[in-house]
Amino acid sequence: MDIRDMTALELGRAIRAGSVGVREAAESYFAAIEAHDALYHCYNTVCKDEALARADEVQKGIAEGRFTGALAGVPIGIKDNICTKGIRTTCSSKILENFVPTYDATVMQRLEKAGMVMLGKLNMDEFAMGSTTETSATGITHNPWDPDRIPGGSSGGAAAAVAARLAPVALGSDTGGSIRQPASFCGVSGLKPTYGAVSRYGLVAYASSLDQIGPLGRNTDDCAALFAVIEGKDPMDGTSADHETFSFDAAAAGEIRGKKIGIPADYLGEGIAPEVKQAVLDAAEVYKALGAEVEIFPMPIVKYAIPAYYIIACAEACSNLSRYDGIKYGYSSPNAESLLETYIRSRSEGFGMEVKRRIMLGNFVLSSGYYDAYYNKALKAKRLISKAMDDAFRRYDMLLGPVAPTAAMKIGESLSDPLKMYLGDIYTVMINIAGVPALAVPCGFTSDGLPLGMQLIGKPYAEAEILAAAKAYQSATDFHKKFPTLQ
Amino acid sequence: MEWEIVMGLEVHTELATKTKIFCGCSTEFGGEANTHVCEICSGMPGTLPLLNRRVVEFAIRTGLATHCDITRKNKFDRKNYFYPDLPKAYQISQLYFPICRNGYIPVTGADGAPKKIGIHEIHMEEDAGKLIHDAFTDSTLVDYNRCGVPLLEIVSEPDFRSAAEVIEYLEKLRAILQFTGVSDCKMQEGSLRADVNLSVRPKGQTAFGTRTEMKNLNSFRAIQRAIAYEAERQIELLEDGGEVVQETRRWDDNKGISYAMRSKEDAQDYKYFPEPDLPPIEISEETIERIRASMPELPEQKKRRYTEELGLPEYDTSILTSEMAYVKLFEATVALCDSPKDVANWIMGEVMKLLSATATLPENMPLTPEALAAVINMVRAGKINRGTGKTVLEKAFCDGVDPEQYVAAHNLAQITDLSALRPVLEEVIAANEKSVSEYKAGRTQAMGYIMGQAMRALKGKAPAQEVQKLLHEMLD
Repeated sequence: MDIRDMTALELGRAIRAGSVGVREAAESYFAAIEAHDALYHCYNTVCKDEALARADEVQKGIAEGRFTGALAGVPIGIKDNICTKGIRTTCSSKILENFVPTYDATVMQRLEKAGMVMLGKLNMDEFAMGSTTETSATGITHNPWDPDRIPGGSSGGAAAAVAARLAPVALGSDTGGSIRQPASFCGVSGLKPTYGAVSRYGLVAYASSLDQIGPLGRNTDDCAALFAVIEGKDPMDGTSADHETFSFDAAAAGEIRGKKIGIPADYLGEGIAPEVKQAVLDAAEVYKALGAEVEIFPMPIVKYAIPAYYIIACAEACSNLSRYDGIKYGYSSPNAESLLETYIRSRSEGFGMEVKRRIMLGNFVLSSGYYDAYYNKALKAKRLISKAMDDAFRRYDMLLGPVAPTAAMKIGESLSDPLKMYLGDIYTVMINIAGVPALAVPCGFTSDGLPLGMQLIGKPYAEAEILAAAKAYQSATDFHKKFPTLQ
Repeated sequence: MEWEIVMGLEVHTELATKTKIFCGCSTEFGGEANTHVCEICSGMPGTLPLLNRRVVEFAIRTGLATHCDITRKNKFDRKNYFYPDLPKAYQISQLYFPICRNGYIPVTGADGAPKKIGIHEIHMEEDAGKLIHDAFTDSTLVDYNRCGVPLLEIVSEPDFRSAAEVIEYLEKLRAILQFTGVSDCKMQEGSLRADVNLSVRPKGQTAFGTRTEMKNLNSFRAIQRAIAYEAERQIELLEDGGEVVQETRRWDDNKGISYAMRSKEDAQDYKYFPEPDLPPIEISEETIERIRASMPELPEQKKRRYTEELGLPEYDTSILTSEMAYVKLFEATVALCDSPKDVANWIMGEVMKLLSATATLPENMPLTPEALAAVINMVRAGKINRGTGKTVLEKAFCDGVDPEQYVAAHNLAQITDLSALRPVLEEVIAANEKSVSEYKAGRTQAMGYIMGQAMRALKGKAPAQEVQKLLHEMLD
């Protein structure tokens, strides 16, 4: 079996069994990256030298019994907004094009302990703002299923890399759908964990109250195994929570019999492409056949999710991104002659359009006189959304719905109409506002052969439960086993 | 027209925690530029603040000592503005739910009657770094050492009517902060900074006039001068038919004037919003009670104890409790020599004289309680006289000598063996025959002269009473 055809867990087993070397595994991925990434542009930075040196060290560690985990020796791609010591972390922005962190994010330390090998840093929408990866200052990532299409975003590089088998697994981040939507567009699985389940320390902030790091993989077991490595309370992140340790075994059991699944009717309403709706309804039938109860229920609060999300996210973003001022690190305009000019020019020249739009929006909603009308109202909507989610979970074990209204768009199609792009986030942002976990998995293809995805939404810290439900689905279907043919 | 001055204070105090408010870096003052700095306090991308619980405890102590209500559910907020000394471009502070509210500090009002200065609120926040302008390269450099040093901002109500009230309030506040261990309050190092909001109005008017805010007041003296200057400036302006402009003014202590920094129109919109990186801090009744029970003695409590248990007069207790440094020296010295009134006298007399003569601030007290106790014990035991005591104390204060060793090395001890006096006095009698015969003839005044000669021969090291007694014995 080709190394790149193996799932991360299969590769981990082969490495532990000695049938595949750690260096060999990394090299086969670098060969594929060299062959294909010029076209797809999943990676902003490829770390071959570091990775091969690390591979030898891990190989030794496995032999000495220092690395015994399921993913020891397995390569991984990392979204370029997760700080990596000594390796540039650009957030796909010109303003951080030469920024090299002096420290490792907590998740990177966890991967290191697990014996994983980083292949490189993955492309994304600039500062994770966007859902197409077109706002990246390093260039567009192309969808492996159709290079004329976007891979989704913001973790577009991560989803495309996993789909194109240019990485067995990847870490992305999800603020309003940034793991789930590209996973759905690229036909891979991706988990947005409960807010607080994974440390944000070292994740370059977009919207602090919504951001979460999560895994992308070829199936739910790979996501579960990677999630088990990165989750857990971190003393460096005050918002990370003490919670019961995630059980990989419970997730891998794949049990769904007797569970009650609710589908919000408002997730199947106006704006959804018929093929997407049908794929979700078909998945519901699969669940019924597997012994679950499925019911459609009204959830009218959905309509407030997008405005609430864009107000909260942009407010936090405009503050989080103020530190990029051309003074200490990152891009500093050579055309500035005074302090004020340094600020204005560095930021005007360093940030892209979409980032500037959100910074301006954020500053507007926080301005004195507008704060109550926008920001406070958005916080009220947030409370109502959380309550509606609580109510739904009193009736159902989990929720099921589409990830996005359509399959992947053509490159350039949505960039000209930002409002349309924002509306595409309708099914994902509510989950971040409520802070609950959600998992995107492939559930079909369009007539054009583009992947479609659905998401399972769980109660707080019920990652194992939704992973198990998706595992049951993947045991009964084979959408997740299809690979695109690379060019 | 008679004018009334109305003032309110915003006091910033740096807390005496060992580490910064949101990271583990040292808060020590000084240190080479950018050496007390890490990813967190320098605002590197991806870092998160982690609250130092000591800061909360110190804030509660201050609140309890100033009769405040303690907020049970605390939150932090972000204050957003651009400045090179603020690496995150926002300061983590508290706007909506400050930790302490509705307190007061008692002062003496104009008519001598007691008066309460209201405390509107006390909130926790982080300090910014320091900009250093380098004239040689004509560039401005940033030192982030101070970034993230914890601060309390103590905001008073506009209850002050005179500079004297302001100074008394600040002295009491400083004593509270020092006694509770919350801050060392060194104004020169910027660990206590006061901004004065001042307006004037015709006496009897209830509406407030337009106020200005004065910054860069680095000493009590500067505060007094700045208040006098600003009140006069405003009154003159109004009497000339002008108007006071709401603005921030900077005091220049060298020139003795203040000048406008920025007007209200330039006032920034700080776009405050709740800090999403820090979860709310719940403060329980038990926590408050635990802190209350473990509160160090406050100045008022110490004064009472010094009067009741040590029998000191009120004058002494007021002076001793005006500075933490005096209290420390006093209590430690009393523990070593068990004579409170003597210790109080020596501190209020000689020690304060030496502090002022050497321009030393009390907090930099060079004298150890051991040295002071040694001097007092030697004087009380009659081993040295008071004059020698003062000399030895000065040596201990200025050069750090050990008083007992110094007395021994310089042969300053009193002659306590009376039999050693007799031969010396015999010599004096023999050498002053004329005076001796005069005395014997009934001129009792001659004894004064003989006595002087005797003390001179003894180099002052014998107790005068004993010498006189012996001379009478020998001549009468």
